[in-house]
Amino acid sequence: MSREVLLSVRDLRVDFPVGRKTFTAVRDVSFDVYRGETFSLVGESGSGKTTIGRAIMRIHPASAGEIRYRDRRVSGRIDAASERLLRQKIQMIFQDPMACLNERAKIDYIVSEGLYNFKLFRDEEERKEKVERALRDVGLLPEFATRFPHEFSGGQRQRIGIARALVMEPELLIADEPISALDVSIRAQVINLMNRLKREKNLTYFFIAHDLSVVRFISDRIAVIHRGRIVELAGAEDLFARPLHPYTRALLSAVPVPDPDAEAGKRPAGYDPARAHDYSRESPAWREALPGHFVLGTEGEAEEWARGA
Amino acid sequence: MSGETILEVRDLRVSFSLRGRRLTALRGASLDLRRGETLAVVGESGSGKSVLAKTFLGMLDRNGRVDSGSIFFDGKDLAGYSKERDWLAIRGKRIAMIFQDPMTALNPLKTVGEQIREAAALHRGLDRAASRAVVLETLDRVGIPDPELRYRQYPHEFSGGMRQRAVIAAAVACRPEILICDEPTTALDVTVQAQILDLIKSLQRELGMTVLFITHDLGVVASVAQRVAVMYSGQVIEEGTVREVFYDPRAPYTWALLASLPQLGVKGEELYSIRGTPPSLFKEVVGDAFAPRNPRALEVDFRFEPPVFPVSDTHWARTWLLDPRAPRIEAPETVRRLRARLARGTDGPETAGGGGAATGGGDSVQGGAE
Ligand SMILES: Nc1ncnc2c1ncn2[C@@H]1O[C@H](COP(=O)(O)OP(=O)(O)OP(=O)(O)O)[C@@H](O)[C@H]1O
Ligand SMILES: [Mg+2]
Repeated sequence: MSREVLLSVRDLRVDFPVGRKTFTAVRDVSFDVYRGETFSLVGESGSGKTTIGRAIMRIHPASAGEIRYRDRRVSGRIDAASERLLRQKIQMIFQDPMACLNERAKIDYIVSEGLYNFKLFRDEEERKEKVERALRDVGLLPEFATRFPHEFSGGQRQRIGIARALVMEPELLIADEPISALDVSIRAQVINLMNRLKREKNLTYFFIAHDLSVVRFISDRIAVIHRGRIVELAGAEDLFARPLHPYTRALLSAVPVPDPDAEAGKRPAGYDPARAHDYSRESPAWREALPGHFVLGTEGEAEEWARGA
Repeated sequence: MSGETILEVRDLRVSFSLRGRRLTALRGASLDLRRGETLAVVGESGSGKSVLAKTFLGMLDRNGRVDSGSIFFDGKDLAGYSKERDWLAIRGKRIAMIFQDPMTALNPLKTVGEQIREAAALHRGLDRAASRAVVLETLDRVGIPDPELRYRQYPHEFSGGMRQRAVIAAAVACRPEILICDEPTTALDVTVQAQILDLIKSLQRELGMTVLFITHDLGVVASVAQRVAVMYSGQVIEEGTVREVFYDPRAPYTWALLASLPQLGVKGEELYSIRGTPPSLFKEVVGDAFAPRNPRALEVDFRFEPPVFPVSDTHWARTWLLDPRAPRIEAPETVRRLRARLARGTDGPETAGGGGAATGGGDSVQGGAE
């Protein structure tokens, strides 16, 4: 089965100026996202996960490396057609739906904003139709179009954020922590909705998250990022069953599970890079330690971790 | 594990006046906190967890008031306290609270050490040197390296995790009997959260504190608590040991809460999700507040509020399903799977006393067929 690579990131580096110095937020990041899959990038605050999402969206420029979408390069200097393709086919859903919805605009305008920006409708009638369809797709009533964001619950607001992305008929949705701020019950609704849309519209998701437990449930593959570098990438179940990199192990063991017997006497594994690795003679590199299961480490490490798995 | 009751809350009603209208945040909440335990309070946003905790400290916002009910602590009814002077003998001294956002709890203009020292001096009547020594010892105890240096630093010089440790230090420096933690780790990374949870557990053991832990994360509950109280719309609807509530939940809302957890879901299948929204707190609730969202609700649920039904000596729930006349209603698949775990190795005898209702494995949701 050959899978189509929809998004490809190669050796990405993103630098930020800090005074006269530069701070490298993301380094040597490479991965492919296949059409139709849910690919998740998991890491803690400051690890660079949001920066990668923003580099794909061209909110931050790539300092080195390349990002390709389908057959086009979409990083660095690009032509207007590529820019247009990117702005339409890749849409973003944000963590805090409140913050990204303009409180004084009606839902109709909020959902239509992208359509207006790219003139993606022939006439008023078609625009209205598109908005209505997007609202229905996320389980909201078309009459909500005339209301304001503050009249909606958190879960409904998150749906509006999704409708606003869907109206553009995207192929790839980048979702930055779309569910971590939601209550357990609303979270389940949004997860179900996103899974249904993925099937119905053959969408591809790039999830950015810190909540590993949710990520396992929704993802096909997961990449773990630590201090700007991806340290491990594997199929979701494989990653949970056989975490290889010591950071991944620490991260997994730190997540409390809703099962009192499993939690009793559990001791989280710590991670101290200085003690876990000796990179004085050999620098870590990206390697396939087990089939389809990649780690950042030396040859010796990769072998040792794979043996222990 | 079941010590005497240190704090007993009964039928507590709290309301707020809001632009001429009355919002009822607590509608007869009852809770027992036992000496030396960690009790977790869970429930969705707006269910009243923080309001409940604030009533123990006289910290309700000015537009709020206790309408009825009682909060017994050391023989006194805190629900009747009105004078700030009375509260000063309790707040921070015997019952202390830490909040979700550690930044708001610390004064940015004062060094961390001085803030904690002032609190300790005030509550424990210590002089400058003695209180300074207490602070240094406490900073060390909560795992802040280099206490001498840290004492002289300002809050912004601390990382998120260190700041939360400082807030915990401030709370425990006064040696309170009860420590209330309101979502203390929600804003933190998971690895830092694990450290803070560990810290709270060890402090509790070493200092013999009683901890009330508010959270919406059921993983955190399983990790820190011995007992759980589940809140829905201003009431505690189920209370029991963690094993009882996780493996043998009885209230439909608790079922729904557990069934909607992705961790317990089956990949590729639809997750159970609770439809609708909680009832408006401006209106009077008739019957079981969860009934409109409960696909398995009984007719009686829409008409009469369920009383408390005991399940075992340590477990009770407010649901008509526990009435002997109730029909047999199956719990969702996820909950039935959880029930199988009850039979597995127990670490406590909580199913021993249990009266009539069998709690053992299998699928016995209240027999009682006539
Ligand atoms: N000062 C106030 N004035 C009016 N309403 C208030 C006030 N304080 C709290 N409430 C209301 O009381 C209800 C319970 O609030 P509370 O803060 O206890 O919820 P919670 O369970 O802690 O939720 P969360 O998980 O979001 O923290 C909410 O509807 C809230 O809006
Ligand atoms: Mg709260």
